[in-house]
Amino acid sequence: MADSAPALPRTERSSDRQGASALSRARPARLSLRQRLKRDRVMLLLTLPGLLYFLVFHYAPLFGYLTAFKDYEVYLGFAQSAWVGLANFQAMFSDPAFWSAVANTLQITLTQLVFYFPVPIALALLLNSLVGDRVRRFVQSVVYLPHFIGWTIIVSVFQQLLGGTGVLTHVLQSLGLPGYDMTTDPGAFPWLLTLESVWKDAGWGTIIFLAALLSIDPQLYESAAIDGAGRWRRTWHVTLPGITPIIILLLVLNLGSILSTGFEQVLLQRDAVGPDAGEVLDTYVYYHGIKSGQWGPAAAVGLVKMLIGTALVLGANKVAHFFGQDGVYRGAAR
Amino acid sequence: MALPAETMSARRSGNARPAWVESPSRVGRAAKALLLVLITLAVIYPIVGVVGTSLSDQATISVNGGLVLIPTHPQLDAYREIFAGGVVSRALLVSLGITLCGTAASVLVTVGMAYGLSRPEVTGSRVILMVALLTMLFNPGIIANFLTVKSLGLYNSFAALVLPSLVSAFNLVVLRSFFMGLPGELLDSARVDGAGDFRILVRVVLPLSKAAIAVITLFYAVSYWNAFFNALLYLQDSAKNPLPMVLRSFVIGGQSLHEAAAGEIPAPQQAVQMAVLVVALVPILCVYPFLQRYFTKGVLTGAVKG
Repeated sequence: MADSAPALPRTERSSDRQGASALSRARPARLSLRQRLKRDRVMLLLTLPGLLYFLVFHYAPLFGYLTAFKDYEVYLGFAQSAWVGLANFQAMFSDPAFWSAVANTLQITLTQLVFYFPVPIALALLLNSLVGDRVRRFVQSVVYLPHFIGWTIIVSVFQQLLGGTGVLTHVLQSLGLPGYDMTTDPGAFPWLLTLESVWKDAGWGTIIFLAALLSIDPQLYESAAIDGAGRWRRTWHVTLPGITPIIILLLVLNLGSILSTGFEQVLLQRDAVGPDAGEVLDTYVYYHGIKSGQWGPAAAVGLVKMLIGTALVLGANKVAHFFGQDGVYRGAAR
Repeated sequence: MALPAETMSARRSGNARPAWVESPSRVGRAAKALLLVLITLAVIYPIVGVVGTSLSDQATISVNGGLVLIPTHPQLDAYREIFAGGVVSRALLVSLGITLCGTAASVLVTVGMAYGLSRPEVTGSRVILMVALLTMLFNPGIIANFLTVKSLGLYNSFAALVLPSLVSAFNLVVLRSFFMGLPGELLDSARVDGAGDFRILVRVVLPLSKAAIAVITLFYAVSYWNAFFNALLYLQDSAKNPLPMVLRSFVIGGQSLHEAAAGEIPAPQQAVQMAVLVVALVPILCVYPFLQRYFTKGVLTGAVKG
């Protein structure tokens, strides 16, 4: 799939032609291209609006990154702004705020990886161990719910829980202790984000592990039990090996997105903790580019982030294939 | 990517425990029950607290701090205030409009594209599918998207809240694999009867795909309802702000929402903030039971199995 990447930003017509020639090579075609287009015209017309969307809002914006090589001024417009070569990239690398954003991003994603990632696995094991159907379905319905609640709501709620006038401070004060405002403590920021992510997505994250747990052959458990393996040994020797592949796959894919924090989540809380702890790569681009009008340098950061991010995702997918996994995208493409 | 609840219940019908599974110890059982209760409470407590606080008077909020579970003197002042026609009422209308129009547009385009790509023999469909799928691998980023929206003349328009996130590649794949799983004989017999591709879509495919389309619709609706970043990025005029933007400036940012006329005693600030949260939460809580029913049926299973 990665191989076809360079061929992609084409117009709709040429991609059609390419697909047609690939098809005609595959099997001897009786119909000419024109005949086939006529035959498929309804299907292609139905596809067209969606294809236009992807081209206009996912591929065309890539040209916007030419801004990274310009001294872009809004009032001059794109064509009139001067080319500056790699100056924006030099500015980026010499900006301490950029490096601070890199450090914050890595600190946040790694904290999430270590402390969020295992939670859905544990929760899935717990849910899977429930024998009663009713209880399990009830708990599932409850823990999936927060996934559908938006970040603005969740951040507001956590402010009520952990903020300066929140529940935590109230409880501490009623115990005679000083209050604690977690939402403005820079040192606690990665932990706050991790807590919120656990609340929002740990339940939803169990779905993929539960599916993997279901695919384990029950006979394995039975024969392990007959051989005298107890509950914990069965978990260790049957359950965990059964879901190890999916754990590795998700772990690798998570490593691939290590430069991306939950953007909306961080953006909503950056001002409360201040940019020293709350600035990540995405918010850096937003505040420097859109807010302060430093388009060129911000676009340079965005471009570097996108390239490294894409390379990491592709690399992660390759590694996942290496472990014998299908990878997310290959699976979806079939 | 939901779990096939039917398979689950089939494997262990009812509450039957296979003979080889030892019955759990009393301690283990109690610990598990306690854990489950704690997890459930962790999800439900904040939601109940938000509703409770929105109904409370200032005295109750001061005594309880943060979240009030049981409002001792329930009052609707906060709701009266936000529905009096100010910022929140307007944002609510914007959010409803965006959610309805956006969802309709997204579902139409996604259904068309998923159906158009559901037959591999259609000329060019494999390449078009790749074009769509590759977008899952990279994200053009804020600057690039912003410049695109601006150069299309969509800046500060409601269309900017819909068009940049019109089709989700994930939803597209889910729906496409559902369409591909439909029995081919049905489509063939319709074709023999003289139906064209469009007629087959409307008369055969859509009626068979109600559940899958319902899931997609609900997913889109929830994401439009919750979306705030497009509004932040592409809107200049704060009068056009949808509800999540109001939450951002007035609840998270702490600006005062009070618009009460002079002489009136305003509702408590926290109660007003929580009332806005409730207004934002209620549609999700209403839609959720339907969503939940569909994804425990395993409608989405095909997407991730790969």
